[in-house]
This record gives sequence, C-alpha cells and structure tokens, in this order.
Amino acid sequence: MPTVETTYREAMRAAMREAMRADDRVFLMGEDVGSYGGCFAVSLGLLEEFGPERIRDTPLSESAFVGAGIGAAIGGMRPIVEIMTVNFSLLALDQILNNAASLLHMSGGQFNVPLVIRMTTGAGRQLAAQHSHSLEGWYAHIPGLRVLAPTTLEDARGMLATALADPDPVLIFEHGSLYNLKGELAEDAGAVDIDRAAVRRAGDDVTVVAYGGCVAKALTAAEQLAAEGVSAEVIDLRTLRPLDDATILASVRRTHAAVVVDEGWRSGSLSAEISARITEQAFYELDAPVERVCTAEVPLPYPRHLEEAALPQPETIAAAARRTREAG
Amino acid sequence: MSAQAPQTKHHQELLRTMLLIRRFEELCAELYSATRIRGFLHLYVGEEAVATGVMSALRPDDAVVSTYREHGHALARGVPLDAVMAEMFGRQTGCSRGRGGSMHLFHKETSFVGGNAVVAGGIPLAVGLALADRMQGRDRVTVCFFGDGAVAEGEFHEAMNLAALWRLPVLFCCENNRYAMGTALAKEHAQTDLALRASSYGMAAWPVDGMDVLAVEDAATRAVEEIRGGGAPVFLELRTYRFRAHSMYDPDRYRTKEEVAAWRAHDPLLGFQELMQKEGQLDDEELAALEAEVAALLDRAVEAADQAPEEPVEDLTRFVTSPAGGA
Amino acid sequence: MSDFTMPSLGADMDEGTLLEWLVKPGDSVHKGDLLAVVDTSKAAVEVESFADGVVQDLVVEPGTRVPVGAVLATMAPLGAEKVPAAAAPAPAPAAAVVAAPHPPHHAAQAPHAPHPPHAPHVSSPLVRREAEKLGVDLTTVSGTGRGGAITRADVDRAAAHPEPRAARVTPYARRLARELGVDLDQVPAPSTRPVRAADVRAAAAQAEQPTTPATPEPTTPEAKAAKPPASSQAARREEMRRTIATVMARSKREIPHYYLTATIDLDRALAWMRERNRDLPVTERLVPAALLLKATALAAAANPALNGFWVDDGFRPGAGIHVGVAISLRGGGLVAPALHDADTRSVEELMAGMRDLVTRARAGRLRRAELSDPTLTVTNLGEQGVESVHGVIYPPQVALVGFGRVADRPWAVDGLLGVRPLTVATLAADHRATDGFTGGRFLAAVDERLQHPEDL
Repeated sequence: MPTVETTYREAMRAAMREAMRADDRVFLMGEDVGSYGGCFAVSLGLLEEFGPERIRDTPLSESAFVGAGIGAAIGGMRPIVEIMTVNFSLLALDQILNNAASLLHMSGGQFNVPLVIRMTTGAGRQLAAQHSHSLEGWYAHIPGLRVLAPTTLEDARGMLATALADPDPVLIFEHGSLYNLKGELAEDAGAVDIDRAAVRRAGDDVTVVAYGGCVAKALTAAEQLAAEGVSAEVIDLRTLRPLDDATILASVRRTHAAVVVDEGWRSGSLSAEISARITEQAFYELDAPVERVCTAEVPLPYPRHLEEAALPQPETIAAAARRTREAG
Repeated sequence: MSAQAPQTKHHQELLRTMLLIRRFEELCAELYSATRIRGFLHLYVGEEAVATGVMSALRPDDAVVSTYREHGHALARGVPLDAVMAEMFGRQTGCSRGRGGSMHLFHKETSFVGGNAVVAGGIPLAVGLALADRMQGRDRVTVCFFGDGAVAEGEFHEAMNLAALWRLPVLFCCENNRYAMGTALAKEHAQTDLALRASSYGMAAWPVDGMDVLAVEDAATRAVEEIRGGGAPVFLELRTYRFRAHSMYDPDRYRTKEEVAAWRAHDPLLGFQELMQKEGQLDDEELAALEAEVAALLDRAVEAADQAPEEPVEDLTRFVTSPAGGA
Repeated sequence: MSDFTMPSLGADMDEGTLLEWLVKPGDSVHKGDLLAVVDTSKAAVEVESFADGVVQDLVVEPGTRVPVGAVLATMAPLGAEKVPAAAAPAPAPAAAVVAAPHPPHHAAQAPHAPHPPHAPHVSSPLVRREAEKLGVDLTTVSGTGRGGAITRADVDRAAAHPEPRAARVTPYARRLARELGVDLDQVPAPSTRPVRAADVRAAAAQAEQPTTPATPEPTTPEAKAAKPPASSQAARREEMRRTIATVMARSKREIPHYYLTATIDLDRALAWMRERNRDLPVTERLVPAALLLKATALAAAANPALNGFWVDDGFRPGAGIHVGVAISLRGGGLVAPALHDADTRSVEELMAGMRDLVTRARAGRLRRAELSDPTLTVTNLGEQGVESVHGVIYPPQVALVGFGRVADRPWAVDGLLGVRPLTVATLAADHRATDGFTGGRFLAAVDERLQHPEDL
C-alpha cells in the first residue's frame, strides 16, 4: 500500500476537501475558517477552492452560527461547524444541548440534525485557564450526540466522512497537541468506523484506557512498563459517546486491571463513567481497584511546570499501572 | 353572489382560525384544571390575530419556527387540530407523538419546526433554515416567532446580525405582549421601541397593531414579498397582549385588572367579528354556526385524544438517535 | 446511697429512652459498671453507675422515655441484704429490711432464674451494633465485663487487631480461588496489600504437588465448607455439595453399615422438660433435641465402641464424647460441628451450645476444630416430620444416630393403650467396628436415659 507523509492537520483538511468535493450539501462555517485559514490552519486553502459560500467566515457568535448550522442541517444541508476551541463552545451550549441533541426526540422523530461540529480541545500548550479545557466528557453526557476524539492520522482523515453520513449531530474533538502529528498515511485512506474503540498496543497485564491527547502518553507509559516487564494494553476510545464497552471489557477480562486516563477533571468525568462501567460489568475480573489518571482539579495554570504537573503524564500513567500490581 | 364574496370568504376563514384558537385555548385551561393536561401550559388568548394574520401571508412550503406559546401558531399554520390536542394529552397521535407536549409542537408536513422552550433559542435555528434555502436556491421564507423577552437575549442579537449580514430570507415576528413572563417591557429594555432595535442591524423593521388581524396580514404579506424577492430579512414588531396569565402557574400579580380590562376592550376576535358584522360579512346565525362547528371539532379532538394510544414504554429511548440507516 | 437517674449525655439532651437494663434487682454494682442502655435520640449509650451499691428496684421499664434526672432504679448501699434472686419462691423478708422508696414490685414477682454460668457472648445492643459496624465477630471476642460480658472496649480492641484471616481479597482473586478450588484461608495473606490473583495461583500450584498426609486426619465434608461467607454463596454451596458427595460416596463404598431402630417413649422426658422450662427465661428454654443429645452422649459414654474412629483398619476410641450436631444450612448443604464433652455438660448448656452452633453455622463462622472433632454424630430430622433417619456415617466415625419426629401415638402402657409422645431412634453403625449387639445395647441405653430425665 503506497503511503504519503502527512500531518493530522493535513489529514483533517483532506477529509473536509474530499467531503465538499463529494457532496454539494457540505459546507464549513466558523470563525476565521476562510481568509485566515482557520485558527489552527486546518481549513487553509479551502476558501480558494470552494469559495465564500461554502467556506463561511462567521461573526463571533457561537450560539448563532451553531444554531444556524442546526437549522441548515434540518433544511437539507450537511454543515461542518468549526468552533475555534472547546471553551467557546460553552457560548453555544444551549444550541448544542437544547436543539441539536433534543430536536429529534422532542419532535417525535420528525426532525433529525445531520450536523458535524469540530472543535479544538485540550491543554499542554501553556494557554492558561480559559483555553485549556477538556470538556468533551460533558458532551459525552448528552443523549442524542455522538462524540469523537480522533487521535491517529487515519482517524483524522477518516472520521469526518462517517460523521457527515450520520443522520444525527456528531461532535469531533481535535486535541490541540495533535495537529502537528506527522506520519505515513495510506494514499487511499478514507472513511473509518466511528463506533469502536481501538487497541493501540496489545498487552496482558494491565489495560490502559485513554483518548485524544492522552493516547500518546499512555503508549509512552506502556514502553516504560514494558522495560519493567509489565505488559500494558493501550485502548484508544476514539468514540466517547456511545462508549464501546465491549472492547474495554474484553481487555479488562484478560488483564484484570485497568487504568483510565482522562485529560478532564476527575470529578464527574468520563473516566468516572468508564471506571463505573468496568466495576458494573467486570467486577469479578478485577484483581486491583480501577486506577484513574486525570487532570488535577485546578483551572490550568500558565507556567509550564505547573501545567505539566496538572496533566496526566506518561510517568503518572505508568505509576498508576504499577499500583494495580502492587499495594492495594 | 356579490363582488365582495371572495373577501368575505377570506375574512370568514380568518375569523374561523381566530375562533378556533380562542376556544382551543379556553378548553386547554379547563382540561389543565381538570389535570388532563400537565406540564407547563402557556395560553395565547388575546394574541390570536398575530398568528392568524402572519400565517395567512405564507405559502405552504414556507417554514415556521415558534416558541413555547405556540398552540395558536400551530393551529393557524394548519397543523391538524386533532394532532395538536393529542399532543396536549401526550398521546402517540400527537404531532410530536406526545413526546413534546404543549411547548414542543412539531409538524414536518407544514414545516412547523417547533415550539422552542428556551427564549430566543429558536432564532438561530430559523436563520439556519433560511441559510439552507439560500444555499440550495429555494425561495421559501422562514418565519420566526419570539416574544419581547427574547429581544434581551444574546442569541437574538447574534442571530439578527447573522441574518442581516448574510441577507437571509427570514421574517422575524416579535410578538410584543409587553411582558417577559412577569417583567414589564419598560423594566427589561432600555429602548422599548423593539423595531428600532432590529433596525440597528440594517434590516427593515416596523411595528404593527397585533390586535388587528387585517393589519397583521397586510404587514406580513408585504414583508414576505420583500423577503422572497431576494431582499434582506424583515422584522415585524407585533404589538399585542395576552389576556390570561403567563402560564397556569402564574398568579398574575404584576399587572392590574384595569390594564387587562383596557386591552380586552381591543379583543382581536370580538373586534374582527364586529367589523365583519358591520361590513355585512357575518350575521348572528353564521356566527352561531361557526361557534357550533368549532365546538364540535374540539369535542371530537378531545374524544380522539382521550382514546388515542400512548407511546409504549418499551419505546422510551426511541428517537434519541435516528434508526440505523435512516435519514 | 443515691438512686440511679437518667443522665444528661450531651448539652442538648433533656430526656432519654431507657432501652435495656444490664442489671437486675439484687445485683451488686460498682462505680463504673454499666447499668443500662439509654437512647439519647442520637445514639444508644451504655450508662454507668457512679457509685457502689446494690440494685434495689428497676423503676423504669425498657422503652420508656423519661426526663433527665428521673429515677431509673433505686439503689441500696453495698452490703445490704439482697432481694431474692434465687429459685426460692418464698417472699423475701430482706426486702422489708431495705428502705425502699418505691414499692418493690419485682420482689413479689416470680424469682429470676440464675444466669447460666456459661452463657456465651453476653453483649448489649450497643456492643452488637458497634461490632457490626466494625465488622467484629462477637463469637471471637472474649468479654472482660461483668460475668464475661463483652464491652465496647473489647470490641474496639478486637477491631484494632483483626484476625489475620480477615485479609482483603480482590474480586478476581476471590473468583479465581473458587474456580481453582483454592481455600483462601490457606493463601498467605500479604500484610500490605490484598490477596491478588497471583497469590491464589501460587497457592493452587503448591496444592497440586503430591502430598501424603502423615496421619489420616479426620475428614468431614464441612471442613472445606465452613469458611467465612464469600462473594458467591452459590459457588460455595456447589463446592460444599461436591465435598459432601465425595465423602458420602466414600462412606457408602467403604463402610459396611448396619441399622437398628428403637421407638422411644418420651412422655417422662418431655414432662420433665416442660417443668424445667417453667424456670427458664424464654430464650433459654429447652427443646427435645437437647434431651436426645444428652441421652445419646451418655449412652455413648457407656458404649465407647461406638464413639471414635475407624482408621488404618482399626478402631480408635474418641478422646471424649464430642457429639457432632448435623445442621442443615439455608439454601442447601449441611455441617456437623461438635459439641465437646457432651456427656459432662448440663442439658441447659447443651441447649445453649446447640443454639450457638446453629447460629454460627448459618453465618459461616464455625471454628475448624468444631468440624474435625466429632466422635459420633446425631442427626435430628424430626422438625421435617420424618419418621426415622437411616443415616450415612461420616468417616472416619463409626456411628451415626438419627431421630425422627416426636409425635403423639398410641402406645401400650402397663397393658393399656395410651397416647404417648414417641420418637424413633436409629443407629447407623460401622460393622467393622461393632456388631449389632453393641448397637442394640447402645439404643437401649439411650431409651433408658430418657426414661430418667432428672439424671440427664
């Protein structure tokens, strides 16, 4: 299979380009997606190809343009709405929750909302308290939404097409640290499933569940553990809602220990949900309490050393994995 | 048959719609008191001319986005009475299969995109529907209803700006009934001339007597023509008044009986009846027949709703996501 | 001498409910002794005496709510004559000697029975609640309070030094142990972490190595079964079932059983028991099974050839008369723990012992020794309504005695037809160890003892 070298950013862009070439109903709107090329340069060059009707710069009105995306979806379009960063999505929370996620049910099945919302998430770039959130767990709480976290080049390239084909709203969370991720991607890479978690590294002794920006950290931790003779299996959730319980549980049933990594805050987090599901469905498989590695419960501070201390790191993930094998 | 006949017939239809809404709302209040309708119930009594006049100006393919005080909008738009009543009862035959209730009437066939219970929450949605029409080259108009309270919301201003900026085919219908729940207009707006607020976004905006169905119909017709002709969105401030409290929970302490009585003197339904009688378009016999017809329709609707099946509990989580391979 | 009053057990307490008396009239108490349990509406609290004295009259009944300061009991100075506490029904003149401010109505009532000297594990509700809270098994706690009563301090001590078997086990390790047939009690418990799957696997691997027991340890089907309750009772029962199957099959395969039955007239024994029960508190009353047990024990003492083990092709007499009591468990399975030296213990003691065994067996808290010690087993299926029990001997024991139900039946008494309470006693015995003659003598001895209940 011939491959090309690409980046996560380029893979996302290629996915949008392909989608817009394939379907006239698809268009992109958001703040600075046009002339600027996107805050993270994901849509750079698309304006030139598709023009201002389909690459729409919006005013700084998250609620209005997300709501407009919902209306346009109901009106027969297949909008991709880009919200610059997850913190800004809070200004559109009413539209996402009360309209996008609820309309199908409130209308008794009459109005579905085939909308894709992309946004950047996560910390690690010293952007301080208001630009470093990982709130995808909040959205994963909401019935009616599908929530994705592409981590690999394949998923960056392939999730969008599947999301656009979904008749219901899909939120794609792109971790800010991943845009420059570089690697080889099959030339014919295309749509991928958005239902299943993926085992990124097989192992026998402990299951490490992670997603988004933490998958790479979990893989690094697995390397460290391997050097100590501990074989860690790393699962990339990929889809945060609906959760792929089967893949997680199958792994835990083999390893009998689990570490859940979450860049969100611990209390009421996605990691709490996953931990609960493991104990609900695999309690008698557990040979150690489920461990969680989450972001410290603090608005993220600016200085690098404090930010690093606040976030899950390979060392803290490895330490949690060791705890499952040592004192309980 | 005189030359007046077509107009007479049209006026009789307007009257019939207003009467149906009025009697429907009065019946809802009664059914609510008897606990047969539950949840929140916001009645439209006094505002019938707005829905009736605006809907009269629309084409069947135009879209409507509404609020939580939307029974009148739905009925005037042509959502079947039985389906609206069944929705009040939470039955499967309701226009939202009973899952929405009073505040969430939806009806795809008439492009009635819902009662929205978040103040101003439907406005961006209407803008999006208009965007889709524009992008797909359709000439339909999307009408968006909201109240004076919504004008204070950020979503209103964001959406006004976006619609005007992109020159989208939306008719914004602000039903100014002078109260945001219990807060009087002057207590919530620095500028109480709401049309003036909208015009600041560079769109045509003017106030209309919302108690006069013909005035509303005339204004809406002109606005829709302008929008459909490729112009920018239009904003109508429809000045009206609700005769009943905000909802069945509301003790109505924030306004005086005298004020309500003064507005009742401008009852849109009675006023139009009088006008028609004066013009020779309606006699007592016809009015009595109309009342009887509406009463019979409502009786039948209640009976049908009462006997309609409920959604099975096994289907509780249906419609959270689309069925696989659907839509 | 001041009276005992409702204390204020907190700044905001102005009344309290007497829950339970821990003393009775006539008891000598010392400063610091616990007299009663009081509900302060926040908690049940044991209330102590602030003086030495003799309890005269309990003025307040349990369940009564009284204000702080109300007299709960009158007290006499220590050394004053006690109010009658023994069996003598005669009015106690001593009562008049003591200046009692309240009518001593207790003195006029039926005399209190003496407290059984070996009543097991006396504890107050407060102590029991505390024990439950701290997960302390009261049967494992020795009391330091009056009359061996378990105090709160005893419970706290026990909780602070839990027995090593209380080791934590991970859910998976527990399941694995069940699957591999590993006895978690035999898995060395690490001190700093719970027992994990690896520990169980190690134990399983060790168990696989062939071992030959130096001496044939008496095996009972219960030895494995009587563990603390585990996560899955169903699996535990399954395991118990398998063990019972093995042992019983072995018994029927190896032991040449012979069976003898005798119908025994219990008229006198039951009449005596009813009389005896009149003097006993409800909780200590006797049931026929206790009498049958004692009679069996005495008969076994007189016929030692039936009391012991068949080991290495020879009979070994038991070191004492340790009667195994077959107890069926709720949900299936059975155990037969020993009542040690049953021939030397009073019927009341045996009664208390049986109650204790039943309670603990059903709670899964039997001691290992109790399961391996029986020299002879009694099974009483009378409660199930069966006529007689032809039981299977627990190897390596050599006899099992069964009793059917006690039923009123026609019976020839002194040449006349009478209605008598009868039971059928069955002896299942190992023909290798004894012959029918011995067995017959044994059953006759059981009958004989039951005809003289006063000597039991």
